[in-house]
Amino acid sequence: MKKIEVLGTGCKKCTVTAEQITAIAKELGTDVEVTKVTDPQIIMHYQVMSTPAVAVNGQLAHSGGIPDREKIEALLNA
Amino acid sequence: MLDIFTWLASWLVYDLGGFDPDSKLGSSLHFFVEDTSKIFALLVVMIYVIALLRASLNLERVRYYIQQKNLFAGYGLGAGFGAITPFCSCSSIPLFLGFTSAGIPLGITMAFLFTSPIINEVAVIMLWSLLGWEFTLVYITIGMAVGIGGGMLLDSLGAERWLKDFAAKAYQNAAGSPQVNQPAPVSHSLTLKQRHQFARNELYEIVARIWKWIIIGVGLGAALHGFVPDGWFSDNLGSGQWWNVPVAVLAGLPLYSNATGVIPIMESLITKGLPVGTTLAFCMSTVAASFPEFIMLKQVMLWRLLATIFIILLINFMLVGWIINLLAPWLFSSL
Repeated sequence: MKKIEVLGTGCKKCTVTAEQITAIAKELGTDVEVTKVTDPQIIMHYQVMSTPAVAVNGQLAHSGGIPDREKIEALLNA
Repeated sequence: MLDIFTWLASWLVYDLGGFDPDSKLGSSLHFFVEDTSKIFALLVVMIYVIALLRASLNLERVRYYIQQKNLFAGYGLGAGFGAITPFCSCSSIPLFLGFTSAGIPLGITMAFLFTSPIINEVAVIMLWSLLGWEFTLVYITIGMAVGIGGGMLLDSLGAERWLKDFAAKAYQNAAGSPQVNQPAPVSHSLTLKQRHQFARNELYEIVARIWKWIIIGVGLGAALHGFVPDGWFSDNLGSGQWWNVPVAVLAGLPLYSNATGVIPIMESLITKGLPVGTTLAFCMSTVAASFPEFIMLKQVMLWRLLATIFIILLINFMLVGWIINLLAPWLFSSL
């Protein structure tokens, strides 16, 4: 199972990102656990400066906005 | 060239709508149609063009440039990048920590964050089209000065001791081991197509975010324009007693708006006789000192630091008001 963290301090874009990843994962039948991370310490640990950002299994995979569908599929299939 | 919007408004409101140009409602409507059509047209073109140009500018590179400079250049760069870097206020905390954990002094990071809401391409375009280039230049200078001055003052107070523990530690770790020689982040050279995609997304996103502010702002400005007699402020408040400025700053505090919503009101306030400095102080206080953002910064700062920042901002805005009121006769031949 993939552990996906959506990093962001809680703005609307972060919520949208988490929802889209969940929806697309469901469509593709990928087994994922999506969590929203708002703790600034963890976000700092990933060295992210523009949110929303996405980490897959503890590895930063995207940052700086809502990922588009292609990007999300790539993240899920990686 | 911008006359076309005046004609458009006259044609729609007076010819088609049949409103009397001398009536309050007619004059308000004319103002509203002219300003909204002009602002939207300019914004669409300019946001797209500016986004094309800055598509390859990201925060990692900005941080790298700022890190390479000495302290004094750092404040200017911090404020300068704050003005031009596309940046959403919900990224304040990650940006703050990203800068701090790279050993960038608190004052420089805050210069970036102070300037960011005051100066951006939307604000500049609107000011230019509504109030002219002289005013726009003064506004940009003031926005930079507020950021640079605020940042320097914070550092001279040693304000980094009021950071939350984890942020203070991250800063000390980085400051103890300078990473000046690290390689510059890779700049991806973008194809024209990628730039176009970036610019198109920026355009959609920015317009979707600000269109209602423009309508509200221009609507209020139009109401002031039509229904408040010219010179009302100078008749009723006196022209520029010293206490007008702090009152304007305090009045702006609870109003939470962005620059887009306030600028159309500024035009009306000035023509109704509110002194330019007082108007600017009101605008800055509305735009740059907003409670939701302060509450967010609480995640990385102790109350003491938040309060200090708040007081510094208020003092800065009042100084802006007084200084510009004094200088206004020399600065603005047209107002």
